[in-house]
Amino acid sequence: MKSLRRIATPVAVAGLVALCATAAALGSRSSSVTISVASLIPGSTQAAIDQFNARVTEFEKANPTINVKPVDYNWTAPTFAAKLAAGTLPTVFEVPFTDARTLGDNGQLADITPYVKKLPYFSKYNPAVLAEGTDAKGQIIALPKGAYAQALHYNRALFSQAGLNPNKPPTTWAQLRSDAKQIAQRTGKTGYAEMAKDDNTAGWILTTVVYSLGGRMETGTGTSAKATLDNPKTIQALNMLKAMRWTDNSMGSNFEFSWGDINQAFAAGTIGMYISGSDVYTNLVQASNINPSIYGLGAIPLAKNKNAGVLGGGTEVGVRPDANAAAKAAAVKWINFFYESPLVSKAQAIANAQTLVANKQPVGVPALPLFNKKQYDLANTWIKPYINVPLGQMKPFLTNIFGEQLIPEPEASTQSVYHSLDAVVEAVLTNKNTNVVQMLQQANSTAQAAIQQGS
Amino acid sequence: MPRRTPVTWVRGGGLTTVLFLIPLLFAFGAFSWYPIVRTVLMSLQHTNLVQPATWVGFKNFEQVWHDPLFPVAVKNTAYFAGLALLFGYPIPLVAAVLLSEVRKRRGIYSALAYLPVVIPPVVAVLLWKVFYDASSAGAFNTMLHWIHLGPYPWLQSEQWAMPSLVLESTWANAGATVIIYLAALTSVQTELYEAASVDGAGLLRKVWHITLPQLRGILLVTMILQIIGTAQVFLEPYLFTAGGPANATLTVLLMIYNYAFGNSLGGDYGAATALSLMLAGFLAVFSLIYLRATRSWSTR
Repeated sequence: MKSLRRIATPVAVAGLVALCATAAALGSRSSSVTISVASLIPGSTQAAIDQFNARVTEFEKANPTINVKPVDYNWTAPTFAAKLAAGTLPTVFEVPFTDARTLGDNGQLADITPYVKKLPYFSKYNPAVLAEGTDAKGQIIALPKGAYAQALHYNRALFSQAGLNPNKPPTTWAQLRSDAKQIAQRTGKTGYAEMAKDDNTAGWILTTVVYSLGGRMETGTGTSAKATLDNPKTIQALNMLKAMRWTDNSMGSNFEFSWGDINQAFAAGTIGMYISGSDVYTNLVQASNINPSIYGLGAIPLAKNKNAGVLGGGTEVGVRPDANAAAKAAAVKWINFFYESPLVSKAQAIANAQTLVANKQPVGVPALPLFNKKQYDLANTWIKPYINVPLGQMKPFLTNIFGEQLIPEPEASTQSVYHSLDAVVEAVLTNKNTNVVQMLQQANSTAQAAIQQGS
Repeated sequence: MPRRTPVTWVRGGGLTTVLFLIPLLFAFGAFSWYPIVRTVLMSLQHTNLVQPATWVGFKNFEQVWHDPLFPVAVKNTAYFAGLALLFGYPIPLVAAVLLSEVRKRRGIYSALAYLPVVIPPVVAVLLWKVFYDASSAGAFNTMLHWIHLGPYPWLQSEQWAMPSLVLESTWANAGATVIIYLAALTSVQTELYEAASVDGAGLLRKVWHITLPQLRGILLVTMILQIIGTAQVFLEPYLFTAGGPANATLTVLLMIYNYAFGNSLGGDYGAATALSLMLAGFLAVFSLIYLRATRSWSTR
């Protein structure tokens, strides 16, 4: 019995030591936290991936207890909803301005208020921009990544080939129509293309055109808002589209472009003009390898009435609702490092620009101020030596945009409103005999039902 | 007769049966029955899968029923199923009969017929998207141009989109049915064909009077499987057209998907599950009626 005890004692001691060692190891591991973060869209160039990874390394060096795991990410309505339902979104992810507040109200974004309020520049945010990431309870559930104004992207090479002046993109819709026709006739390429897929992008672009003519898709707010999709300006916009498609034959043969598809087609040089956010040049470089010399950026033509304006929007960065306190703190640190600091800290702005330039990524892509115009201009002076985007070719946009009326996207059930309009745009582009008024009335009823349901 | 006790039950292999049954019960329970029960429950709830669900009774079913897109989706699905039945059903049968008549290299022909089934569906759709390119540079339009036809808009026309989907679907799925028919044809007694030949019957008469009656059991089963399959068509409209243009290819399953994932703010899972149950209920009733109506014919 004694011999048994002799054996048992050292075994028990050894076990205890092993247990303590394991606990110590676990303890040291528990002080570190791993977060996954939205990185680049799938299919980005190796240079873009290298640039992102360099930023991650820099962040991890400055924050040794935080491990960052980059995850490919591309926001599209259906894929986002599927990931949201499945709980497979990264810890830090991006959503459009239109969705952040409702996602916050639905408990689908974490409350990051206490962490955000500690940021040194918190009080400097443009209140209107900050409001886009604040839920009904006043909790901050997202921070702005960037804001854009819709713009006209045009191919300078095709303009030249068609006998048009590449420094003078159209400034009226009549001129745009005639330029598109001229490009189509003289080059055989698509003069003007639009996103026309059933993924809310067709409705987004139609709304942009309607805003530029002075129309609106809604009046009022929340679930009591009234859908006005069938307003005279929408009819005018669709009739113009119909004429370009069927009378001028200037819109080519592809009427199912999504956001990514149209960027690729434009970068490949097959499209004369299209509408998208002013910051899309980054994607054209990162995912579509555009030749910068063909790129031109103009302002959206505006009708001469006081309601005409440019649709503006943006992207918010939020955190998964199931993130624990440590993950939320780490996430906000990452948001601060990656998204916000380059806009407010000279050192960070320069460091970020240097990394971008070293990896042949665009620096100086036109965006809208998240804080104020003064801060925006100041940040641009910090990175001036590193700006590598063809700013001269973006002059038609940059000289006009800050003086134009910016109109936010429809506030109530934005994506549902866009989705209702998708089918109308598709019909106009694929069926010569589409009854525009009747289809708009149907779309309006569908949108109104969605608004009332708050979906 | 000996008294049945737990010991005799074990000795008789009862325990082994249960042991073998457990993995099966677990697999079916986790991956079939539990999701079905959850579907039924969710169809009566309003939930965003994050906050607690609320009971809404039959409101989700009412919502689906009154959705203006519901009749459009039902009509489109019926159109797809009808076209697929018209073209997709007889083609494999004809191909199988012709293949069975081939004396040399039948294996190669069978493999060629089955090849589209081996190609991953997404790859096949991407391939056919190139064929269906609406510009004059598209594969089909280029070929049709040689005989002075086209260009046709294919997927970008409300009128042409659905037949285009059926064409690809028939190409992609026919191979599997051909193999089933080929297997069934081997069970047809060759003496019957020889007797018919002696009587002077040609190929068509042999097919009509021998092959088809001998295959009727298989034919009835493949028909109901095809109807159920086409009523649940999703892949082609989702990947080719996303339901467009102007909802011309919106099917019931695509509508379920749109309810669940079409809105980036989180889906209407209640409506999605309600429509799923409505479709399942319809197909169950349809299958019962079909089986009852064809019972005497299939066993004659």
